[in-house]
Formats: sequence, C-alpha cells, structure tokens
Amino acid sequence: MTDLTPPPLLAVQNLRKYFPTQRQNPFQRNAAPHLLHAVDDVSFTLEAGESVGLVGESGCGKSTLVRLLTRLLDPTGGAIRFEGKDLAQIPARRFARHPLRSHIQLVFQDPHDSLNPRHTAFDTIAAPLCQLGGFQPSALLKARVAELAELVGLPEPLLSRFPHQLSGGQKARVGIARAIALHPKLLILDEPTSALDVSVQAVILQLLADLQARLGMSYLFVSHDLNVVRLLCDRIIVMYLGQIIEMGPTAAIFDHPRHPYTQALIAAIPDPTQPPQALQLQGEPRSPIDPAPQVCRLYGRCPQGVAQCQEAMPLLAPMGEQHWAACHFSGQSFTHSHSAG
Amino acid sequence: MIHSKKIIRTVETQTLLRVEDLALEFRTRSGTVQALDQVSFSLAMGETVGLVGESGSGKSVLALAILGILDRAAEVTKGAIALQGIDLLKIPRAELRQKRGKEMAMIFQNPRVALNPIRQVGKQLEDVLAVHQRGPKQGRRDRALALLSQVRIPDPERRYHAYPYELSGGMCQRVMIALALAANPKVLIADEPTTGLDVTTQAAVMGLIRDLGQQGEMGTILITHDLDLAAQYCDRLLVMHAGHIVEAAPTAQILRQPCHPYTTKLIAATPDPHKTLGELLPIAGHLPDLRGDLPPCRFRSRCDRPLPECDRPPLIRQTITPGHTVACHHPLTPEVQP
Ligand SMILES: Nc1ncnc2c1ncn2[C@@H]1O[C@H](COP(=O)(O)OP(=O)(O)OP(=O)(O)O)[C@@H](O)[C@H]1O
Ligand SMILES: Nc1ncnc2c1ncn2[C@@H]1O[C@H](COP(=O)(O)OP(=O)(O)OP(=O)(O)O)[C@@H](O)[C@H]1O
Ligand code: SF4
Ligand SMILES: [Mg+2]
Ligand SMILES: [Mg+2]
Repeated sequence: MTDLTPPPLLAVQNLRKYFPTQRQNPFQRNAAPHLLHAVDDVSFTLEAGESVGLVGESGCGKSTLVRLLTRLLDPTGGAIRFEGKDLAQIPARRFARHPLRSHIQLVFQDPHDSLNPRHTAFDTIAAPLCQLGGFQPSALLKARVAELAELVGLPEPLLSRFPHQLSGGQKARVGIARAIALHPKLLILDEPTSALDVSVQAVILQLLADLQARLGMSYLFVSHDLNVVRLLCDRIIVMYLGQIIEMGPTAAIFDHPRHPYTQALIAAIPDPTQPPQALQLQGEPRSPIDPAPQVCRLYGRCPQGVAQCQEAMPLLAPMGEQHWAACHFSGQSFTHSHSAG
Repeated sequence: MIHSKKIIRTVETQTLLRVEDLALEFRTRSGTVQALDQVSFSLAMGETVGLVGESGSGKSVLALAILGILDRAAEVTKGAIALQGIDLLKIPRAELRQKRGKEMAMIFQNPRVALNPIRQVGKQLEDVLAVHQRGPKQGRRDRALALLSQVRIPDPERRYHAYPYELSGGMCQRVMIALALAANPKVLIADEPTTGLDVTTQAAVMGLIRDLGQQGEMGTILITHDLDLAAQYCDRLLVMHAGHIVEAAPTAQILRQPCHPYTTKLIAATPDPHKTLGELLPIAGHLPDLRGDLPPCRFRSRCDRPLPECDRPPLIRQTITPGHTVACHHPLTPEVQP
C-alpha cells in the first residue's frame, strides 16, 4: 500500500557530525582521536511553507548543522531527506552540481567569508541565475539583478562594487539577494541579520515574510536575536551542545519554556526597562569533546541538576501539542520544581 | 597650554577621553567623503558610552580615528582627540603606537579577519601578553588560559591549541574580546562585540566588560545596532547619523524622550516583544551621499518635520536638559532651551 501523504519538505534523522581533534600527547600516536560532538543525534522535520527558528548557545552546533543540510560537510551518520530523497548519501563534492541544489539555498553567517573578493555585487547575485536558472548575460538578467537588489534594500549604485568596498550590512544584503534569486523551496539563513541595522533588518524580515506568503518558501532561521525569531518563525528548535533539547511552537517556547536552558535563554533577552539580570546559568559549559553518553549536557550548570541527571541522559518527551523537551524535570513547573520534588 | 602634565592630570582625572569638534575625510577617486563632521563627546573613567546609528553612519570610522589606525586615504581636517589631556593627533607616531598598545584596545567588528588564521588562539593571546608583561612564559600561559575561561570559552586547555577555523563564530568573537582585555586598557572600544553571541553568553561577556569598567579601571565605548543592549549597559548614548552626532543624552532619558526625529525613527524600527512584523517601521530613504555638498542637517531629505531654517547653516545644537543635547531645529519636545 502506498502512503498518500507527501513526505515533509525536510526530514532530518539521527544526524551526527563528529570532528576529530588534535591528539594532545604526541607520544600516544595510536590512541583513538578525541571526537568533538558538534552535532549529536539530531532529528526534526520541516514542512513546506513553514519557518523554523534555530537557537542555542554559541558553539552548540548550529552552523555545523546548517553546513550538513546544505551538504558543505559530510555527516558522520544519519539521514537528511529532502522531499523524501536522502541527501546524506550524495558526497559533498558532487552536491554543488546536483539538481536539488537550486531548491536549497544558504545565507552564510559571515558575509565576509562567503563573497568572492574578485566578484562585484552584480556578479555575485547574477551567478546562480546564470548557473542554475538558465539566464544568459542580457538586459533581462540586468533587470532581474536590479530587482533583487531593490528587494533587499541595496542601493543600485553599489552593484558595481567589490566586497571590500561595502560595509558589513551591505555585504549581508548581497548574500541574501543571491540566495533568494532562484526562489528556493528551502532557504537556510545563518545569523542573517546580525550585521544589519534595525532599519534594514525590518526591510529584510518583511521581505522574507512576503516571500513566504507569496511563494510558500520555507525557512530555517538561525539567530541569536530571539525578538527577531519570534517575529518570523512558527516553531523554534533549541540546541545545547550538539543536541536538540527543546522544540515547539513559538508562543509555547516563549511563554512556557520547559527546559532549564531555554528558560535561562528567554530570561536573558535584554529588556531595556530592566537592569541586567543576574546570570541564571553559573559555571562552565561541559566540554563537547567525548561527552559522557549518560550525563545530561547541562549538568553542572543547571539550577535543577540532581544525581539522576548524571545517571540517565534525558530524552525529548512530549510536553504539549508539537512541543518536546529533554529534561527530567520539564514535566513540572519550573518555579515550584524544588518544593514539589 | 602652559600647564604641566601633572596639573592636567589632576584636572582631568574624571575625563578619560575627549573628542573635540572632529572632522575627517576620505579622499577617493570619485570625490571627498566627509565621513565625520563636528563630532564632540567625552568619556569618563568607569563610564560606558554607547554609539548607535545606521550602517554607514561613521561609528567604526570614529573608533579607528581615536585609535589612529585609519588607512592613508583618511585625513583629520579639524579637531582634537585628547586621552587624559594629551592630544593624540599631535604626538609623534611612535608614542601613539605605544599608547595604542598599552592604554587603548579595540574589539573589532569582524573577528575572523582580525585573528591570525594560522596561529593557535592561545599563542595569539600570549603574544599580546608578552608586550605587556615581562616574566616567565608559564605565567603568560596561565594568564592566557584564565582569559579564555573569563570569556567563557568551554574547555580552555584544549581551545588554547585551536586555530580560528576550528572555532564557532561566537567563539572567535570571544577570543577577540580576550585579546583586547589582555592589554588591560584604559579605553576599550568594542565594535559590535556580541553580535555573534547568544543572549546568555552575551550577558556574561557584557557583565565582564561592565565589571572591569565599574572597578574604575577603564572607560568603554560600545558600538552597537542593538538599542536594547545599549539601554542595559550604557550610561549615555550618542546617536550618529551620516557622520554627525545628532543626539546625546543619558540612556534612560533618550529612550524615554527621544528628541531628534532620527532617534525616534531608529526606535520605531527596533523589534521588541510587543511589536508585530507589520509594526516595525523601516526608516525611509537612505543616508545621503557623503561626497560633495551636504546640507547643514544631513537628515533633511529623510525628515518629516523640517522647517525653512533647517536649510540654513550652521547645524544648530540645542540643550533639552543638562546633558541632553540635540542637533535639530525642530526637535520633538516643547521644552527646548536654546
Ligand atoms: N572544522 C572544524 N574542526 C573542528 N571543530 C569544529 C570545526 N567546525 C566547528 N567545530 C566545532 O564544532 C562546534 C560547533 O560549532 P558551530 O560553528 O556549529 O557552532 P554555532 O552553534 O554555529 O556557534 P555560533 O553561534 O558561535 O556561530 C564548536 O565547538 C566548534 O569549535
Ligand atoms: N576607506 C574608505 N574610503 C572611503 N570611504 C570610506 C572608507 N571607509 C569607510 N568609508 C565610508 O565612511 C562611512 C562610515 O563608515 P563606517 O564603517 O564608520 O560605518 P559604520 O557606522 O561603522 O557602519 P556599520 O554599522 O555597517 O559597521 C561609510 O559611508 C563608508 O562608506
Ligand atoms: S534640523 Fe530640521 S530637517 Fe533636520 S531633523 Fe531637525 S527638523 Fe528635520
Ligand atoms: Mg554559527
Ligand atoms: Mg562598523
């Protein structure tokens, strides 16, 4: 029997990426290399037309996850199904020419790294149109590039400039124009707005919302700015040290965060009317190198942590509609957890 | 000046840095870019001053001018930059280089470019420490490790040996911050220091910078697009637009009662928990082209409340309340004291 419901746009299953780190002791050549668990057993889905926010502590593996999804890195294990086809099987080298490539586009975290210093802004935006979109150098191409520049709020005279002649915010806009040029089905944005000032950021966010409404584009939106994530995203995924520790609808995550890390994250959003809060999470994060498989990754920094937390790794458990969290205590209300225990 | 250095120092213990009527131009093939004009402000020991404004408004250029590290195309055409009473624009280059290394430090906007890609980050920290402290190598190594853990790099012993490409964007940023703090500067200029950081790490790093400042050891200039962040950590805000400081005031005051039309628009474009996407209002128009003739008020073409006198020079500066100044003929408040 065939299943008639179409597969989700993106289904990620048990995805892992381990980086070998340098051996510290040169006399132990034969010892197994230590492994940095950048992405550790991550599973989630993303439906067509949906926008999902990806948040989490700096260094928790967001950019690595994004580079796996766009096949710039080969995974250590797991599956990445795009419309049912497993991309993880395609070697990173060959993906650049794969027909699916035009459907998944990435806006890089650092526009500085991702723009070719010898290409003008025009060349950069035109490249995908020519390579994958069947455009020839023509008046039509010029018009399309000018239209894209206008959409992202990039003044047209800047199109003839090279990256070093553009400010940080202007380079970021070139990267976004290039990524939306072919109307990808899935647009992955890694910290797209951190280089933008609030005015340009408002333009870009409204553009993204508009493209989603008109073309049904889907977004995976990596950002540290939770106020921005809240505006654009239907759902939020929270990562901590390589793992997903909570995911759910945006309102649920903001109003009823269940994992202590998410709670600390929401509490740390700067509030201009309040003096800075005392830090909720004390101490050092655990090392991502060869982490103990049975210990909760937040253990040691967590305000809740008890013996159980170092004996059994908490797994994602349902908290409500579409809402999961991985904490032994997330079934309980945070403020009463100690007295209740 | 006939004062001896000593007298200047006692008079100026409060004021650490003073920028006075600074003007700066870039010569380019297509004309002269008037990047800074009539810029004046001061920074006291222990104080944090925020520099906010649109992309391209001159925030980084002002920072680089204070440190004296602009490229050759730049020329200061007017004004003074005094560090504890000594005009940095008048002292010999070698002396300036020394001051820059010892008394002023900067956290650059783009950490990956500022770090050496082929040197381990721990070694880069030791290089900076070697300039500032004599003593055994082991001491520097310990201090480097302490700095890495102060900026909350997990597992500093191992990260010490990492190359920049092995670190996440936010970790590079924190290494950059550690490098700046290693110098124990009196003036710290932080250009978007926390953009790559999540809010909990941001709070930790800003807390570190603030604590050093409050111990009275340093004055900080915080350049940021994030008004909420500025609101929390800055004592005063300077709003820049097209090379002018258009409004300056204590932080709470400027956010409660913004007077320059530009400041109000900047606030209206900022996301907050109570706004929807449709309620974010982008600022209409672009920054004016800084080449060629500019009107006295560089916001004129984008302003929705200009008066005829806005086109007549000079740029006016009015005091709203002591410590709150605005460069505008028609500010958004009735109680203006000219
Ligand atoms: N090429 C590499 N070699 C070794 N380790 C790496 C490499 N790339 C990333 N890492 C490590 O993987 C972890 C995750 O890094 P990643 O860049 O994915 O973090 P991130 O969540 O994007 O952080 P940020 O918010 O700071 O950008 C970090 O500990 C980082 O040091
Ligand atoms: N070397 C240069 N030659 C010519 N113009 C320059 C040069 N460097 C900067 N400028 C111009 O000076 C102005 C101010 O630039 P600056 O980098 O200070 O902006 P900013 O306020 O820091 O912006 P952002 O928030 O994007 O970092 C811009 O209009 C820029 O184009
Ligand atoms: S001086 Fe005039 S043109 Fe400039 S901001 Fe004020 S009212 Fe508007
Ligand atoms: Mg990243
Ligand atoms: Mg700048």
